[in-house]
Amino acid sequence: MSAPATPASEPRSASALSEHPAAQLLIRRHRLHWWEPAPWLLAIAFYFAFPSYLGFGSDLLIWILFALSLDLALGYAGIITLGHAAFFGAGAYTVGLLAYHGIWNEPISSLVLAAGVAAVIGLASGLVLLRTQGLTLLMLTLCTMALLEEAANMGHDYTGGFDGLPSLEIPPVLGLFAFNPLYANTQFLYSLAVLFVCLLLVRTLVYSPYGESLTGIRENTLRMHAVGSPVRSRLVVCYTISAAIAGIAGGLWAQNNAYVNLSALGLDRAATVLIILILGGYGRLYGAFVGAVAYIVLQHFLSKIYPTAWQLGLGLLLVVIALFARNGILGIGESLMRRKPKQSSS
Amino acid sequence: MIFGIDVASILLGGISAGMVLFIVSVGLSVTMGLMGFVNLAHGAFAMLGGYVIVLTMNALGVPFIAALAVGFVVTAAVSLVLERLLYARLYRATELDQVLFTIGLVFVFIASITLIVGPESQPFTPPAALRGQIDLGFIKYRTYSIFLIAVGVLIVIGLWLGFERTRIGAQIRATVDNRRMAESLGINVDRLFSITFAFGSGMAALGGGLGAEFLGLDPQYALKYLVYFLIAVAVGGMGTVTGVFYASLLIGVLDFALKLYLPKGGTIFIYALTILLLLWRPQGLFRRRES
Repeated sequence: MSAPATPASEPRSASALSEHPAAQLLIRRHRLHWWEPAPWLLAIAFYFAFPSYLGFGSDLLIWILFALSLDLALGYAGIITLGHAAFFGAGAYTVGLLAYHGIWNEPISSLVLAAGVAAVIGLASGLVLLRTQGLTLLMLTLCTMALLEEAANMGHDYTGGFDGLPSLEIPPVLGLFAFNPLYANTQFLYSLAVLFVCLLLVRTLVYSPYGESLTGIRENTLRMHAVGSPVRSRLVVCYTISAAIAGIAGGLWAQNNAYVNLSALGLDRAATVLIILILGGYGRLYGAFVGAVAYIVLQHFLSKIYPTAWQLGLGLLLVVIALFARNGILGIGESLMRRKPKQSSS
Repeated sequence: MIFGIDVASILLGGISAGMVLFIVSVGLSVTMGLMGFVNLAHGAFAMLGGYVIVLTMNALGVPFIAALAVGFVVTAAVSLVLERLLYARLYRATELDQVLFTIGLVFVFIASITLIVGPESQPFTPPAALRGQIDLGFIKYRTYSIFLIAVGVLIVIGLWLGFERTRIGAQIRATVDNRRMAESLGINVDRLFSITFAFGSGMAALGGGLGAEFLGLDPQYALKYLVYFLIAVAVGGMGTVTGVFYASLLIGVLDFALKLYLPKGGTIFIYALTILLLLWRPQGLFRRRES
């Protein structure tokens, strides 16, 4: 450390700082890992290998996107919510209502609108909800979602109530790629592209100083207050961004299926996305990918044959995860990877 | 005069529904207040109790009161086993783990009931003495609703006495107020919790059986009414008996009136009110602010 000898040379002291092991670790953290292209290569391989499963595949991609949005709020900022489907539904109904009533149906700009509406709801609810914590917060997120669901049910004349809005007209993406309900090629690639853009956004966000402060709030709110971090505004911003991404996932779901119904807003969907994220491992960015693949593939093949056994197995799985494997599949993988120096990260 | 009759019938119907809500939720309130444990599986215990009660009545021909007792004992025993084996491991875990664990438990209950009993709704017929209408002097009303109100009043008096006048009630109140202090004074909080957990689940079972007449009984019960149970606890205040009682009556009457006058989506007001209430008093309506 020769920095004190030459106080005038700032660049050198900065470079000395960046050679510090801790700085190196922080710098290396956000570099691209060798395995990070893998999900995308697998998705493209899936596209060519299973052309008849592309509808299922695009569903899976939407679940990944939805779980990713929850990871930002729950995994990074530690906001425990049971009502994340509120934003998914807000996005889905934005796209659905605009398309059904013939106001606007261009796909990409509709998604932007869906994100906007979900973000506004996220901001408005976040401003009031995030004052609370624990059971109260849990209840408030649950009630907000129930409120929206009930509103969608009540506004029967516009939203179609329980039956929803069927057969939406969605024009081709960029005027080139038409949606075909039988061959979901467009849906798959379109969803993949949207997921990619959103992942880039979330990845940049969580590795930025802002993302670090979110992790700090999750780990020790009191200390973050003490060091002068604007905890509440950080949480509200995070909640809003997370809501916007969930809204995009909802909008995408509405476009791909060409319908919207109340299932977009229910407790079922909110619980499922939570399960997917936990199953994969939260606060890890790729937990959403692993969890969604594991959950949706299992569900797809098991729930049709043995619906009750599926539910029983899922319940037991959750109990086991909560008791023994709190970091999900990726957590198990990580602890297997670093067997020799046993360091605990909790 | 017609208006007066309307008000009376709404009050009676709403209060009888509120009584059932109270009987189910009171255990949840006390266990949440004691341990801060987010138990989303409470509705599943109510469902289990309801099934035991209705099935012993329908299949074995056991009289109603005896069936209620069987339901209470069986559910309390099951919950005690689960508490000792599983819940106890998660008292110091994060809320997220507790939520996850109890959601998992709900799924296990729903699937098990579907596998063992079947997915269809179970019919519940009250005993002959409680069917039909009763003349209260100013109004004729359904006997079963009046019976529910009477049972609810008896239970709330009993619980209130137990909570305010017995040693174990005092221990519970002390632990809800300040758990560390209570433990330092030698109160065995783990044991206290086991007892209240089992008792509260037993109460939920009674509520499940008593309410089966108008809530129905099918495997989705555990999730369908969970939000109502949680609202009753959150509005009334965790760890209270009287708070949950007033909150339950409030919700019961409100829900009954809204369903009558606004059949399409009247529940929206319940959710909106709950949100406003919780923002105004996060600790619940009837609980003192913590110092």
